[in-house]
Amino acid sequence: MVGDVEHAFSYRDPSVVARRARLKLACNLVSLALAAALIHWLQRNLGDYPLRILNLAAINVILAVSLNLIYGFTGMFSLGHAGFMAMGAYVAALLTLPQATKDVIFLMAPLAWPFNVLSAPPLVAVIAGGLVAGVAAFLIGLPVLRLRGDYLGIATLGFAEIIRVVANNIPSVTNGALGLKGIPGFANNLWWTWGWAAFTVWFISRLVSSAHGKAFLAIREDEVAAEIMGVRVTYHKTVSFVTGAVFAGIGGALLGSLTSTIDPKTFGFMLTFNILIIVVAGGLGSITGSIVTALLYTVLLEALRPIEAGWRLGPLVVPEIPGLRMVVFSLVLLVIILFYQRGLFGGREFSWDWLVNRLERRARATTRGETPSALRARQPEPYRPSTRADTRDKSMSHGMGQAASGQGGTNDDRDALTDEAGRDASGQQSKLT
Amino acid sequence: MTWVVFLQNVANGLSLGSLYALVAIGYTMVYGILRLINFAHGDIFMLGAYALFYLVLVFTLPWWVSFAAAIVITAIMGVLVERAAYRPLRNAPRISALISAIGVSFFLENVGLVVFGGRPKPFAVPQFFTQDHSIGAVRVMNLTWVIPLLSMVLLLGLTYLVYRTKAGLAMRAISYDMETSRLMAIDVNKTISLTFAVGSALAAAGGIMWALKYPQINPLMGIIPGLKAFIAAVLGGIGSIPGAMLGGFLLGIMEIMLVAFLPALSGFRDAFAFLVLIVILLVKPSGLMGQEVKEKV
Amino acid sequence: MAATDVLRLDHVTMRFGGLVAVSDCNLALTRGELVGLIGPNGAGKTTVFNVITGVYRPTQGHVFFEGRDITGMRPDLVCALGIARTFQNIRLMKSLSVVDNVLIGHRCHLRSSLAAAVLRLPGYVREENLLYEESLRLLDDLGLLRYKDAPAGSLPYGEQRRVEIARALATRPRLLLLDEPAAGMNPNESQALVRFIRDVLARFDLTILLIEHDMSVIMEVCDRIMVLDHGETIAEGTSAEIQANPRVIEAYLGVGYKHAGNY
Repeated sequence: MVGDVEHAFSYRDPSVVARRARLKLACNLVSLALAAALIHWLQRNLGDYPLRILNLAAINVILAVSLNLIYGFTGMFSLGHAGFMAMGAYVAALLTLPQATKDVIFLMAPLAWPFNVLSAPPLVAVIAGGLVAGVAAFLIGLPVLRLRGDYLGIATLGFAEIIRVVANNIPSVTNGALGLKGIPGFANNLWWTWGWAAFTVWFISRLVSSAHGKAFLAIREDEVAAEIMGVRVTYHKTVSFVTGAVFAGIGGALLGSLTSTIDPKTFGFMLTFNILIIVVAGGLGSITGSIVTALLYTVLLEALRPIEAGWRLGPLVVPEIPGLRMVVFSLVLLVIILFYQRGLFGGREFSWDWLVNRLERRARATTRGETPSALRARQPEPYRPSTRADTRDKSMSHGMGQAASGQGGTNDDRDALTDEAGRDASGQQSKLT
Repeated sequence: MTWVVFLQNVANGLSLGSLYALVAIGYTMVYGILRLINFAHGDIFMLGAYALFYLVLVFTLPWWVSFAAAIVITAIMGVLVERAAYRPLRNAPRISALISAIGVSFFLENVGLVVFGGRPKPFAVPQFFTQDHSIGAVRVMNLTWVIPLLSMVLLLGLTYLVYRTKAGLAMRAISYDMETSRLMAIDVNKTISLTFAVGSALAAAGGIMWALKYPQINPLMGIIPGLKAFIAAVLGGIGSIPGAMLGGFLLGIMEIMLVAFLPALSGFRDAFAFLVLIVILLVKPSGLMGQEVKEKV
Repeated sequence: MAATDVLRLDHVTMRFGGLVAVSDCNLALTRGELVGLIGPNGAGKTTVFNVITGVYRPTQGHVFFEGRDITGMRPDLVCALGIARTFQNIRLMKSLSVVDNVLIGHRCHLRSSLAAAVLRLPGYVREENLLYEESLRLLDDLGLLRYKDAPAGSLPYGEQRRVEIARALATRPRLLLLDEPAAGMNPNESQALVRFIRDVLARFDLTILLIEHDMSVIMEVCDRIMVLDHGETIAEGTSAEIQANPRVIEAYLGVGYKHAGNY
């Protein structure tokens, strides 16, 4: 079977594959360098308020991408994200609060051991927050991941609420309803927040474009068939759920540091819902979509603040109404969901293919003395369905949305078909008809 | 714990349970027909209480008239919500309708905050309800027995509607198969509107009685009772009306008993409801009175 | 029951509440055989498949695969042992590409760990490339290479069935269960399917159990046929024996038909 026969012919030219990979790596490194320069400039020159918005945007990216992994890619409708955020936030806060603050703020009950002696640098604290959330997710997942669709949603919602109520009721650890104040603001730094966001995106996109990621998609599409085809469903669901929770915990930890206060009310269902909106509006199964939409969402929410101040529209005078922007915002979101059901990106993902393809064609053309368009004309035509076939399956028994084609990695890459061979099977004798 | 105290707790539990039952029915009916968890239902509950509040404040009608009027107004609002936010999404993926429901809930709460103001308002409770009444050695407020009684009347009315009228038959038919019901000349849109109207009316009654029991209303008052009523519906078997009633009473009694026997844990009463939810989902996801639906491979 | 039995069902009974879907089914397949499983709708044929693949645990009885008791084993473990199947209603992952669907079949043989996948360690990359090549080769062998990047749901129906078979073959099975592969096909396509099944049997060294309603396919291609009706086995034998069996005729055509002397 595999490996025991040396193929005289391979479907892909290894040198082309390698070259494409190198090109893409170069593109990524260049953009990383540009981004770093941009962050450096922004951190230097922007005021506190815009910086805070950008930091918040990065945290929303982390939260959205992690929920997208659980729901968009694996199809698990989890409404418990805020619970994991809460765990990460509390753990990180308790580890980074200065001892002096700890002594002062715990009014309801003195801080219990070991939290009153434990302390850690911010990096360790954030990682610890993520890991604790991950462990919780593992334990919660054991019973809960058997459920499907709506039931999974309400079970995870239930757990998140339990976590919140518990946080409210163990003042010796969480300071109850008073919450924790004076959390050090290490996250008030674009390098920190966007660094973590970059790591989240890198990790999750790597996970999703790997063979394991295909298993996630298979589970999303048809869990029963996937299991019969050899996919270890429970294992992969757990991996997806726990990974998403770890990053939610990291996001929560950063959020706590950015806002410097946390209390159980922060981590209610509304928070999960906002992240869910970002994920759905950006496109289930599209990491690019989550990133862009998280940015847009954060910026727009702030941009709507002036609505609350009171304004005139000709003869109409609207008085100052605090909270109005949330009303407007929820209306806008409703409209988006009503009319734009597949989300902004609908499962498509950004990749460097367009650039690499163009560069390759140019390179190949020059070596053969052809123009790129002539070269394109000679390429074999891949199959394109004649009508825009309806790939939606209306009989999905577990009530999920029609997630779009989650093409994780790009197929162009894995192709790298050489043009000499022109391996188009349509022109070739089929061996089995 | 003495017998007297125990009985008082039972009375309390029945009271609370009947409120949960009233609200749970709305959830279960909507889920049975549309397979949608109507997250906005808890806010309809809240609107009922506010409707009565303003009716009493603005018009000096007898209390019972205001009560009826408030219920009617809230029922209309429930129908409007369905028309605006759910009907356009009837053929959309289910996640869209769910998000729409959450969005409506969000919207109603924020509009409430803006229009009614975030500060809790005191709810005027007629004298009759706060008077004490003795049944043997047990002293209870009139309210404590009025609530279950009134709820019973309403539930009986609902049972009659669902099981003895053509409209109710239509509702049940649609919950089995919407397409076929259409073919059988059932006006699906009207029936769904009726379902929402009835569910919202019951929720309004529940909201008003809740406000009588805990006489402070605020725009976010529907969130926790709504969630608990939903849990009650799941406990009894979502989609099953008798299940919703059973679940409501069970949850109410369990909650009161928890607080009565373990007062130290009373802060966790909300978490307890969620624990019940998780246990039932793991043990029998279709609920106490629900039916298992096996997936055909 | 010979020791070379690839598959053996021993007194398998499957009850769903009051409904008996399969009653006392006894089946033995030797290596290389192509056995047909026929019967009217609702006879319990797909239920037998579901019991074999571990979707259901039989109420009574045992399933043996290559001598090993796999009764009620988890479906993915059953697949890892070497049993693959297709479905009556095509269950492809419709929004994934064709090659991704086949890859899913292959990836149950992936050895690398999750960490290796995320870090893209050389061992993992090599394995992934090999599996991708395998998938392409399988598609090429089945004449499906041109569809490789198309969403599986956009293919013509007949091609979708072949992709499903490709996906099943990708798991490197020794026993292949085909559930009504000829459903919805015209006579030409059915003939092509017959040739296809024979080819697959020979090339991949398989044993095949085939559910079908299309008699032309069954009679041409099967070594042996088993007939189910209302969960019970009512006949077993070669195609000639089955065609002459009165109980089979009665089950398929009805008692009245027989009495009218029309056969």
